[in-house]
Amino acid sequence: MVPAFSLNGVIVEFNNQPVLDIGELVFDDRIIHAVIGPSGAGKSTLLRVLNMLQKPTQGSVTYFGNPLPYNGANSLAARRSMSMVFQTPAMFSGNVYDNVALGLRLRDVKTKEVRAKVFQALETVGLTDLTKRSAATLSGGEAQRIALARALVVNPRVLLLDEPTANLDPGNVTIIEDVIKRIPHETGITIIIVTHNLYQAKRLSQQAVFLNKGKIVESSSTDEIFNNPKAQETKLFVSGEMVY
Amino acid sequence: METLYSSMLSIVKLILSGDKALYEIILLSLKVSIAATTIGMLLGIPFGTLMGMYRFPGRQVVVIIIYTLMGLPPVLAGVIIYLLLSAKGPLGELQLLFTPTAMVTAQVLLVTPIITGLTMVAVRGKEKLYLETAVSMGASRLQAAWLVIREAKAGIMAAIVTAFGRAIAEVGAVMLVGGNIEHVTRVMTTSIILETRKGNFDLALSLGLVLLAISFMINGFLVAGVLKYLQRGEQY
Repeated sequence: MVPAFSLNGVIVEFNNQPVLDIGELVFDDRIIHAVIGPSGAGKSTLLRVLNMLQKPTQGSVTYFGNPLPYNGANSLAARRSMSMVFQTPAMFSGNVYDNVALGLRLRDVKTKEVRAKVFQALETVGLTDLTKRSAATLSGGEAQRIALARALVVNPRVLLLDEPTANLDPGNVTIIEDVIKRIPHETGITIIIVTHNLYQAKRLSQQAVFLNKGKIVESSSTDEIFNNPKAQETKLFVSGEMVY
Repeated sequence: METLYSSMLSIVKLILSGDKALYEIILLSLKVSIAATTIGMLLGIPFGTLMGMYRFPGRQVVVIIIYTLMGLPPVLAGVIIYLLLSAKGPLGELQLLFTPTAMVTAQVLLVTPIITGLTMVAVRGKEKLYLETAVSMGASRLQAAWLVIREAKAGIMAAIVTAFGRAIAEVGAVMLVGGNIEHVTRVMTTSIILETRKGNFDLALSLGLVLLAISFMINGFLVAGVLKYLQRGEQY
């Protein structure tokens, strides 16, 4: 199976300082990957590289076998085949319905289809009763669930999640995790979740990458990473003994 | 106090009198200010949006120039347009000096930097939060810019209101390039100057208060429009 993403020699620099230095990394298709690591490890930068929000200073990224087009005519099509949920979701003015429908409207989907897809996405996150609510009045948990619905409504091939449950109450965390767990089975998409919550990574993912100081320390199955880590750094991190 | 009281009475009398000359002056004031603000919007909103959204070498210098021009003295704007349009000026052949077009041109020079600068600030304030979200949701560059403008609409509306306020209250530039010619280029502000010089303080103050009332009504419409737009949710 062609991997969703394949990174080779990717380096990202800010002010001539490398913040991400990935030798080789592959994200297989149709499973959930977790990217774990301490704060400042480069997890979000990696996600931004995959979502084409950040062009690497060096190296190459392939997306389903083709080079990821950061610029040019094909970049919009590639971007439209993936979705991203940010740690703090930005809700556009208007109501919940408008926010969930936005991605479809940007793709010129017909109004009738939009309505059906929006209600389906809202049903997935359990918020069909909020359609008319102003997006500005949503609680943090509701906003994050709407952001997830907004990402799912366009049927992406890849879903990128940047700390989607950070600072949320346990109830909303459970709902969001349930949705994330269900998605690959129902839709066959690839999910990459950045999280510093080790238990969440353990609960959700099949593959895990441990990043520290911008570099890959270890990448393998989630079971291996948590139960039989190879590197000393990984052992310290998963046991909660790493000081950073 | 007595002057103010008699002015209030004069306003009512003036408005009810149906004086054609007064309505002509009010109408020209509105036409010139609305035209200048509209042209300023067409130039300033796209330019301000680009400045708010994109970083490029030398951007800071452009920002300083915009901020400097926001405080451009109206008389200087008037002199520049006067020199351009005067018989010996590069655009003298167009014979636009002492016409409403010249007045609009001078006001465009004054209001465009205001709309550009305030739009830039409004867009910059929203850009970080909304641009990446829009792009990651599949917006093209143009769609993303439009979404950011939509989120910055309250700030952009403030820019338009400020620009219109400057245009309708402006006197130095329109006096220079318009000449305060009766039935041709006389507007509210130049009339106020004229009446003050003639010693008709009652009439001058009345005209001033009418100007203020018109400005209040137009700003009221603009603000009400924005509030309605902000509260609007698209129907499905």
